[in-house]
Amino acid sequence: MKTGRTIPQAKRILSNRLMWAACLGATTIAVLVLSALLITIAIEGTGALSWSFLTSFASRKPAQAGIIAPLMGSIWVCAICAIVAIPVGIGTAIYLEEYARRSRIKSLIQLNISNLSGVPSIVYGILALVAFVRFFGIRSADDAWTFGNAESIFYLQIPFGPSVIAGGLTLALVVLPIMIISSQEALRSVPQSLRQAALALGSTQWQVVWHVTLPAALPTIMTGAILSMSRAIGEAAPLLVIGGFLLVFQTPANLMSDFTVLPLQIYNWAGRPQSDFHKIAAAAIIVQLVVLLAFNTIAIIIRQKLQRPLQS
Amino acid sequence: MEQPTTTSTPHSHSGSPSIGEPMTLRNDTAIEMQNLSAWYSKNQVLHAIDLDIAAKQVCAFIGPSGCGKSTLLRWLNRMNDTIPGARATGKIALHGVSLLDSALDVVDLRRRVGMVFQKPNPFPKSIFDNVAFGPRLHRIYSRTDLEELVEQSLRASALWDEVKDRLTSSALGLSGGQQQRLCIARAIAVGPELLLMDEPCSALDPRSTASIEELIRELRATYTIVIVTHNMQQASRVSDSTAFFYEGKLVETGPTDVLFTTPKERRTEDYVTGRFG
Amino acid sequence: MTSIAARTAAEISQRGRIRSAAFQGFFEGSIKATLIALTLLSVLTTVVIIAVLVEETIGFFTMADHPEISLWSFFTGTEWSPLLGAKPLFGVLPLISGTLLVTAIAGIFAMPVGLLTAVFLSEYASPRTRSILKSVLEVLAGVPTVVYGFFALTFITPYLLQPLSSSFGTYNAMGAGIAVGIMILPIVCSLSEDALRTVPQSLRDGAYALGATKFDVTAKVVIPAGLSGVVAAFLLALTRAIGETMIVALAAGGLAQLTVNPSQQVQTMTAYMVQIFLGDAPAAGVEYRSSYAVAFTLFLITFIMTWTGAIILKRYREEYE
Ligand SMILES: Nc1ncnc2c1ncn2[C@@H]1O[C@H](COP(=O)(O)OP(=O)(O)OP(=O)(O)O)[C@@H](O)[C@H]1O
Ligand SMILES: [Mg+2]
Repeated sequence: MKTGRTIPQAKRILSNRLMWAACLGATTIAVLVLSALLITIAIEGTGALSWSFLTSFASRKPAQAGIIAPLMGSIWVCAICAIVAIPVGIGTAIYLEEYARRSRIKSLIQLNISNLSGVPSIVYGILALVAFVRFFGIRSADDAWTFGNAESIFYLQIPFGPSVIAGGLTLALVVLPIMIISSQEALRSVPQSLRQAALALGSTQWQVVWHVTLPAALPTIMTGAILSMSRAIGEAAPLLVIGGFLLVFQTPANLMSDFTVLPLQIYNWAGRPQSDFHKIAAAAIIVQLVVLLAFNTIAIIIRQKLQRPLQS
Repeated sequence: MEQPTTTSTPHSHSGSPSIGEPMTLRNDTAIEMQNLSAWYSKNQVLHAIDLDIAAKQVCAFIGPSGCGKSTLLRWLNRMNDTIPGARATGKIALHGVSLLDSALDVVDLRRRVGMVFQKPNPFPKSIFDNVAFGPRLHRIYSRTDLEELVEQSLRASALWDEVKDRLTSSALGLSGGQQQRLCIARAIAVGPELLLMDEPCSALDPRSTASIEELIRELRATYTIVIVTHNMQQASRVSDSTAFFYEGKLVETGPTDVLFTTPKERRTEDYVTGRFG
Repeated sequence: MTSIAARTAAEISQRGRIRSAAFQGFFEGSIKATLIALTLLSVLTTVVIIAVLVEETIGFFTMADHPEISLWSFFTGTEWSPLLGAKPLFGVLPLISGTLLVTAIAGIFAMPVGLLTAVFLSEYASPRTRSILKSVLEVLAGVPTVVYGFFALTFITPYLLQPLSSSFGTYNAMGAGIAVGIMILPIVCSLSEDALRTVPQSLRDGAYALGATKFDVTAKVVIPAGLSGVVAAFLLALTRAIGETMIVALAAGGLAQLTVNPSQQVQTMTAYMVQIFLGDAPAAGVEYRSSYAVAFTLFLITFIMTWTGAIILKRYREEYE
């Protein structure tokens, strides 16, 4: 007893094909966009790229301008960011994944972290401006607490002012949620059976983490760390809030030095109407992308070197 | 009943001793359980278990899937502490030390109680480091002592001859059966008094199973062993006494040959002869 | 023989010097305390952000020499001109509409393209193609946003938009919106792909066994099953779009106006903040303070969106646990 009309085979084949075409088309768009981006930048920028571009300071004349100050600034700021954000991020992830029991407080903290990851980076800039640069107005810049002398690399003043250390800590705030979440995912993917084995041998909680969980999760954690750092090195907005755009004619010497970073320099040049500045902006973008590519390559190498087979 | 290897205390609720009353110990009893009940959250999975396990013997836990064998085993080294919502009441004593005491040092307990899991779970480290892992946690050894300890543990688990030339290579390169024997060596190296094995052969082929069974029979001279198994032949081959569980209750326990040939309970008979379960 | 060996192992294991339990207990305790302190840092961050924004925003609304500024005038005013004219006007609607216009354009571009790419990756692509495409997306995800701003200015507007219509100026909402769309594309794509891939293979098999085509399986089984994950992906990506700063600061223009015309220039909330912090507005001035009120508004909007996204995501993860 057959009722109902059968859908013609041709129509089913057609919808199947259309779906496939739409997906392929969308993917092609993504690839095309990336190609257009890279080609535009290559065409604009390669002409301006030279050794002197890499080693000169900024200038009002595009032909003489270089990026040594923002390049070194980026490296300093990123290093500080890494030193702070990576351990704090891993530590938080360890606490949440390995120590904290399932509780209301834990899920609140978890929710808080995912909310932090959605806070626009420019808002972190405001926090940093008030907390790091101005130290909540508790102490004025003229009357700062000073540690060490100005020649030393450990020279430090509180409040920090718009210095390298303030920049690094700002970026650390921005990437911390990403770092925590990616480390948590790495720890979560370590098979429970390994933890059980270590516990059954009489390991303390920390021994389980230190000898078993952390080593097993490390390759993935490192990948997450490098992704966080590539996010940090590309951030401009929060740094713009804490210091505005500074013309800097020296590379940082200590934690209190003035600084600018590559993305800020790119913003500054790209925002000018003259096309010569667009050319050096593109050249700076090439440098920036090369740095990012280096980061990603390191990530891939670490992943392959450290990745040992884990049982499921 | 002159020398009961395993005895089931009579099922009388009034007869169970109150908390705090010192338990009388026979020399040959390693574990005593009294009125032990266990829950996962609100779900009770063990009901008033009374069971003694003799020292330096092999005791097998049998029973249909989900009857609580693993749960009981995991209370013997408090592995259930890692599961949120797991709790137990009643009394378990290991050589007179109460195990459900909240002040008990579980780390120390687990050093004294080795555990072998259903699926082999070697660490992604070298064979040597796997065996040395436990000892290093608790004590500081000289290099020669540590090497000797690793060798003797691997010998004890009948793996030494197969791996002596590749101690530094990854443990994950071993076969399943070898991995399981490595896990046994790892447990032995800590110097436990009691070895818990939860279906140690269920992931293995018949040959590896045979070698592990032989190993268990040899280890009996040194350790008290509790083994969970679904394999009736295995239980009868390796164990001295057997406890049969059904739906969270201890149905019957006794010397293995007695329990398998002349069980007192109908359900035991049905189960061991394969008529249900 | 082996049993003798076993006894030996037990003996040797007693030879080592016992580690001090007291020290270990202290060590464990300090580690745990340190980890808790680190975890509390992220809580502290939220508390301080909110405290700073609330305090400065209250300061803005209670400035003695600007009694005309009120919550009502702020949220319903249709003119935002803090720097021009004799009397500054602080109606935040133009900034919100500018932000929403750019975000909408970005979403209209990125959501369909991202979802279809995700479907392609999870349902059609061979493992090889998939890994190549994933690295393309990873590159896109790593590109600093200022680069997309540059791309909007030097490629999208002059080569794609201006040839279409002469009404597009150098700065316009469309160019910025498309660039923001490109920026969030990898987020939409990789999060949706995650959602689609968590749909159990058994569901697909079940549908195929009933004679379904790939289209049927994808459109009627996989996407509906992964829907909440996809929705969460959209929400999180749109949150990024709303908070994006450098692209709009470069390419959307600097004129706060209430418009839905994508060829016009608009100012977003973030772009306004950049304008203030880059310029030399006096730190106690009303313009400067207004940027905190704008920041707080932005924070609230993104907070609500991420929260919703996180809740949806949590719910759908539970579905498969
Ligand atoms: N982590 C847990 N959370 C909640 N309930 C659990 C948990 N582990 C086990 N249970 C429940 O407790 C009961 C006993 O489980 P247990 O694992 O002890 O059974 P078992 O006898 O070992 O079974 P099997 O022979 O299949 O291994 C089962 O009903 C099971 O569903
Ligand atoms: Mg079990």
